[in-house]
Amino acid sequence: MTIACLLFSALVLIGAVWVVVLPNLFRAALSLGLVLLGIAALFILLGAEFLAFVQILVYVGAILTLVMFAIMLTGKRAATETRHAASRRSIPALAASLALFIVLVRATSPLRGLTAVEQPALLSVIGQELVQTFVLPFEVISLLFVIAIVGAIVLASSR
Amino acid sequence: MTIILLRLSAALFSLGVYGILTRRNAIGLLLAVELMLNAAALNFVLLSRTSGQAHAQIFALFIIALAACEAVVGLAIILSLFRCAKTVLADQVNLLKG
Repeated sequence: MTIACLLFSALVLIGAVWVVVLPNLFRAALSLGLVLLGIAALFILLGAEFLAFVQILVYVGAILTLVMFAIMLTGKRAATETRHAASRRSIPALAASLALFIVLVRATSPLRGLTAVEQPALLSVIGQELVQTFVLPFEVISLLFVIAIVGAIVLASSR
Repeated sequence: MTIILLRLSAALFSLGVYGILTRRNAIGLLLAVELMLNAAALNFVLLSRTSGQAHAQIFALFIIALAACEAVVGLAIILSLFRCAKTVLADQVNLLKG
């Protein structure tokens, strides 16, 4: 269990580094796919199978495809970053993100003693909560989906 | 296992911040935002496992749904920007500059 967790964590971490440092944007998008699949595997290890399948369906199936379409539509010229402009800003960015990482690690260190409970949350409980306690956010999200789709069509259509 | 995943989530979020600070391409920025959203979702699912509560998984579900909306609208904006300004580099968009 812990070994599988370590392996998938290493996979996700390597993929995430590729996402932010690879100059070719198409390769960065493909390594984002690697990260998303690794996180889906971690979800399965954590007992959240439903979320893992939603992650694969929505992220890898829809969002990643959309991103690749956008990369190909916006042309070859923009797909690779110019090297010197990126490296000029990378040292302060590295310092800022490292500081953020240290702050996050210190902030979450009280949670290190938590251990997994016997029974992971059941899917039936999730479904019931979703239509009882969280029915208003649920409906608002579906409204938001409609707004996002109509907005995307209006924005992207060429008059 | 808890400590590994907590560190992984913090590292993913920091890598997302690094990507936002260094990328010039707007689609690259969007990829970095997806990394940060995934870090948050991973934290929620981890805490759902350690507390046995279903609420945390519901929030992770909401994060995935919001990420889908954000990607759709963001990519539509980027396409429209490309059509109008002929660039997707975030620091070359100066349509309002006289």
